[in-house]
Amino acid sequence: MGIEEKAGNLGIVTTTLETVVNWGRTNAMWPLLFGLACCAIEMMGAQASNYDLSRFGMELNRASPRQADLMIVAGRVSRKMAPVVRRLYDQMPEPKWVIAMGDCAACGGIFNNYAIVQGVDEVVPVDVYVAGCPPRPEALIDGIMMLHQKVMREKISGKKESPIRIDQPLVQVK
Amino acid sequence: MDNQTVLAALRERFAAEILAVNEFRGDLSLTFTPKGYLAAAQFLRDDPDLAYTFLENLCGVDYLGRKPRFEVVAHLTSMRHRHRVCLKVGCDEPEPTVPSLTPLFPTANYQERETFDLLGIRFDGHPSLTRILLPDDWVGHPLRKDHPLGDEEIAFTFNQERIYARKPFVRE
Repeated sequence: MGIEEKAGNLGIVTTTLETVVNWGRTNAMWPLLFGLACCAIEMMGAQASNYDLSRFGMELNRASPRQADLMIVAGRVSRKMAPVVRRLYDQMPEPKWVIAMGDCAACGGIFNNYAIVQGVDEVVPVDVYVAGCPPRPEALIDGIMMLHQKVMREKISGKKESPIRIDQPLVQVK
Repeated sequence: MDNQTVLAALRERFAAEILAVNEFRGDLSLTFTPKGYLAAAQFLRDDPDLAYTFLENLCGVDYLGRKPRFEVVAHLTSMRHRHRVCLKVGCDEPEPTVPSLTPLFPTANYQERETFDLLGIRFDGHPSLTRILLPDDWVGHPLRKDHPLGDEEIAFTFNQERIYARKPFVRE
């Protein structure tokens, strides 16, 4: 966890400020409590005891956007809902991240029509897209882990890193 | 209560206003002129022998290519006599207008607003005919058969550059 060295038995740990800040941000990331459609059921499943998101310090879903720093857009966003989602995003304090959970939030999914926003990235900037219809809780947790990796790479200077590219498929079939 | 009793009672008073009568699998439906539609609904509600006091459903239909193009369908139910009757009224472009049932049945308020919202049928006498499901600044009435579906081209690897170039992504 970024601990470079331990100095004997004095209990002193040296590290960089960047690592500590990023470590703190990843391990107490509080999602905003809202679900838009069926993906929300899988999100609840990920938070419940079987998959237990609280292993990653995410046991608290904040009901107020002012206390949340992760927005999981779980479900399709209708054109009428889009301004509400944007407003919730604007009310969240910095730093804040967005996960587009499921095909509908990522690209419109099966709802390719006038009523559904074709990808929530038209409304809010998305950090991680999770594929699936709906994604299993493992997939959501994988997306959250990927977001944690991204947060760990953030620089105190504000310099942006290039996006994480997965050159190899996650599941290796032999 | 059976269909013939209702039909006889309506024919007695509104013979000139009934345009068509249809009975399908025991369900009675009558097509009225706009004037007769309101009067018949009032009569069916107020007559103690009929007592159709519950407006079960009100919706619109778009029969594109037919004259008249639109039709408003209302189902009245008599809880006392355990019977249901369907009233239909046609209306045509460019300004499809139908008398409102809201003064008779307050529950028609939202259902008529929905019909107006999605099909653009206006209801004369409605207290506040505004959009109910769609955003207020929406253009058009999407349940009309000639309304475009508004689908977008799906991005694959061979065409994603062209599609993403004009997709309105939000900037941070």
